[in-house]
Amino acid sequence: MKQKSRILMLMGALLPLFLFVFPLWNITLEAPQYPIPLGMDIYINDFADMHPHDIKNINLMNHYVGMKYIPESIPEFKIFPIVIIVMAFFGLIIGFKANYKWFLGWFIVMSVLALAGIYDFYLWEHDYGHDLDPKAIMKFTNPDGSVMGFQPPLFGTKDILNFRAHSFPQLGAYFLAVGMMLSFIAYIVGKKEKKLSNINTKWEKAVLSE
Amino acid sequence: MKRLSIIFLAVTSLALVISSCNTGSRDTKSNGALASNVAEKVYVAPGEHDEFYAFISGGFSGQLSVYGLPSGRLFKVIPVFSQDPEKAWGYNEETKPMLNTSYGFIPWDDSHHPDISQTNGEVDGRWVFINGNNTPRIAKIDLSTFETTEIMEVPNSAGNHSSAFVTENTEYVVAGTRFSVPVPQQDISIKEYKGKFKGAVSFISIEPEHGHMEMAFQILLPGFDYDLAHPGRGASHGWFFFSTYNSEESHTLMEVNASQNDKDFIAAINWKKAEEYIKQGKFKTMPANYAHNVYDDKTHTATSTMKKEVKVLDPADCPGLVYFLPTPKSPHGCDVDPTGEYIVGNGKLSADLTVHSFSKMMEAIKNEKFDGDAYGIPIIKFEESLAGVVSQAGLGPLHTEFDDKGNGYTTFFISSEVVKWKVGTWEVIDRKPTYYSVGHLMIPGGNSRKPFGKYVVAMNKITKDRYLPTGPEVTQSAQLYDITGEKMELLLDFPTIGEPHYAAGIPADLVKPRSKKIFKLEENEHKYGVKSSEEVRVERNGNEVHVYMTMIRSHFTPDNIEGIKVGDKVYFHVTNLEQDYDVPHGISMIGANTSELLIMPGQTETFVWEPKQVGVWPFYCTDFCSALHQEMQGYVRVSPTSSDIKLSWSLGED
Repeated sequence: MKQKSRILMLMGALLPLFLFVFPLWNITLEAPQYPIPLGMDIYINDFADMHPHDIKNINLMNHYVGMKYIPESIPEFKIFPIVIIVMAFFGLIIGFKANYKWFLGWFIVMSVLALAGIYDFYLWEHDYGHDLDPKAIMKFTNPDGSVMGFQPPLFGTKDILNFRAHSFPQLGAYFLAVGMMLSFIAYIVGKKEKKLSNINTKWEKAVLSE
Repeated sequence: MKRLSIIFLAVTSLALVISSCNTGSRDTKSNGALASNVAEKVYVAPGEHDEFYAFISGGFSGQLSVYGLPSGRLFKVIPVFSQDPEKAWGYNEETKPMLNTSYGFIPWDDSHHPDISQTNGEVDGRWVFINGNNTPRIAKIDLSTFETTEIMEVPNSAGNHSSAFVTENTEYVVAGTRFSVPVPQQDISIKEYKGKFKGAVSFISIEPEHGHMEMAFQILLPGFDYDLAHPGRGASHGWFFFSTYNSEESHTLMEVNASQNDKDFIAAINWKKAEEYIKQGKFKTMPANYAHNVYDDKTHTATSTMKKEVKVLDPADCPGLVYFLPTPKSPHGCDVDPTGEYIVGNGKLSADLTVHSFSKMMEAIKNEKFDGDAYGIPIIKFEESLAGVVSQAGLGPLHTEFDDKGNGYTTFFISSEVVKWKVGTWEVIDRKPTYYSVGHLMIPGGNSRKPFGKYVVAMNKITKDRYLPTGPEVTQSAQLYDITGEKMELLLDFPTIGEPHYAAGIPADLVKPRSKKIFKLEENEHKYGVKSSEEVRVERNGNEVHVYMTMIRSHFTPDNIEGIKVGDKVYFHVTNLEQDYDVPHGISMIGANTSELLIMPGQTETFVWEPKQVGVWPFYCTDFCSALHQEMQGYVRVSPTSSDIKLSWSLGED
């Protein structure tokens, strides 16, 4: 009865593929003049408008404080999809063939990659919010005299001038998280199954030897 | 003169009789507690939306205004037949062709009767049609953009008054002539009116998907005045009813001479029959000359085409096409109840309403219960089509609308009131005064199969002391009544533009979802439009210079132009690159002999500037667009005609 853990592992390996369908993250900007907020969905391979032309309008807003335009593409959009496909591929091989201990291995590697991704996202956000045009139309300083940055929050809600910025994971991220959890559960279930089968074998052997 | 004074005496004595009958039921001013209750009924809290749109004609302003009900707030004045410098309507190169006619460019008209398109007899909120009275035209306003997108001139017509009413599936919009004229026009004595002057009634077909208009056919009726009209619906679908006066066919001192016959007519026109006759080829093709102007939302440009002929049907050759229903006292409004069974003739010189029955009319036609004919058109015996009379309801009935509970509401101009009566029993239920001299009234959907009987709007001809005075010319106004109860209740006075003739109302939910937010830049097919600031340029062709310019918060590209010379004709083709809701930009150039441009996101418009003096001249954004609006400006250097300075343009170069 080693099927249960394998099924869990296979599902765990497949779920992150939903990242190709659903966004990973979303940043939404609310302001009095935007009763319908501006928003950007971040996919593993694209920045997308939440409503038509939102990114163009975010750029238009942000150019007043000297922020760069949100790029059409970033290198991560090439790397992330490859990482996800490769991990899903290995996850499937492990799910079909390998020992349950490999399930844990896959989980750990995936966790490291996910953390690296979040850190990368943070770096990009920091750069986006702090690398400002010196000829910016409007310059703001913090109380300590340093140049004010406009970095959106990594997770949660933050007030930036007249905007309230929300940054939250989306369906794609939840699929990734559930997939990773399933691989970990698969490991635990696999471990139990192993114990059970050991007991069973011992019992069978005992019966046979009698 | 003697006749005049007799009429005056009769009218005043009748008014006295009626007002003395009514003193008991007339309302005095409401008390305070009631008033606060009334205020709540029209209060639309900040940020909330009104329940209904009201499209109220701008009368002699030539435009169409958009109000919210019950608040009475004005949202937009849609330019239709008159130039509007605020929106550059008729000033920019794109919309000038919309005001083209067979008489050339005409900057003004008199707009009277808006009507909303219908599907299965119910208002559908796709288009509003409205007539230009003076230079006969019918306009179509698209309710996805709230802009005029088509104008059709009406040939053989003069004083396009019994217009612009639609059939129950918007198969046609009709246009009936108020003034009969020689058809075709010719140089004859006015005294030859009788028999030689004709009244053309036009049927303009509406293509169901995009609403394209086409002059389908005209019917040449006798030389009466065709005043108002409404379509049959339900059982009477396929018929159209036009009220007439001046069946006397007089041509001078009309107030007397056109008021002599005890009865004029309602013309019942079987337009399905007309379609058959057209199919059979029973029409005459008449040479004509009339403009058909179409505005395109993709090119953001209008084109004007001159049409050269029109199909005409003569009722004498087309039996069963037209019948006359005798109707007392120069009927004005001609209104059909939601079932389509009753046709109300509002005899404006009487105290009564005459109601015809459609089924009785059909029966009379079948049994040929005629009382002679007029120019070959059978006159149905008065009693044979008569359903009933709303008698002594007021003085000078003009127009009737209906609610969804079987009641009619009629305006009385002379006694200045709205009267509610029961369809079928013809009894008067309630009356309320108007301030003053009410013309049309409107219930949203009140001339369709499905009225929304919550409010009636009365549109007044006179306001006198109702508002703060503004010199000799005082505001025009409308009044809102609650009609949900047995008795009507006056809720609100609100000022309107122009002279509010007729109006058309519709639940906001049928229009709101279709209202566009922007024009898509990628769909911009304007001949001189550019889709990004990389494409901007300035081109010279002799003394004609074309500037391909863009605007986005908060700059023009280019904003410095040199090499323009005195005597040049400079076309500024300006594209708004914004794709955000409610971010228009404007532009105007010092000394340009035209209006500003007000350009919506994704749109391109053009103005012409002919610089007359050497120097450096600024232009700027006229619509406060953004925090840096005041910085949104630029300069054009103008050199002498003989100068050899090369054309150059830039943005952000030091």
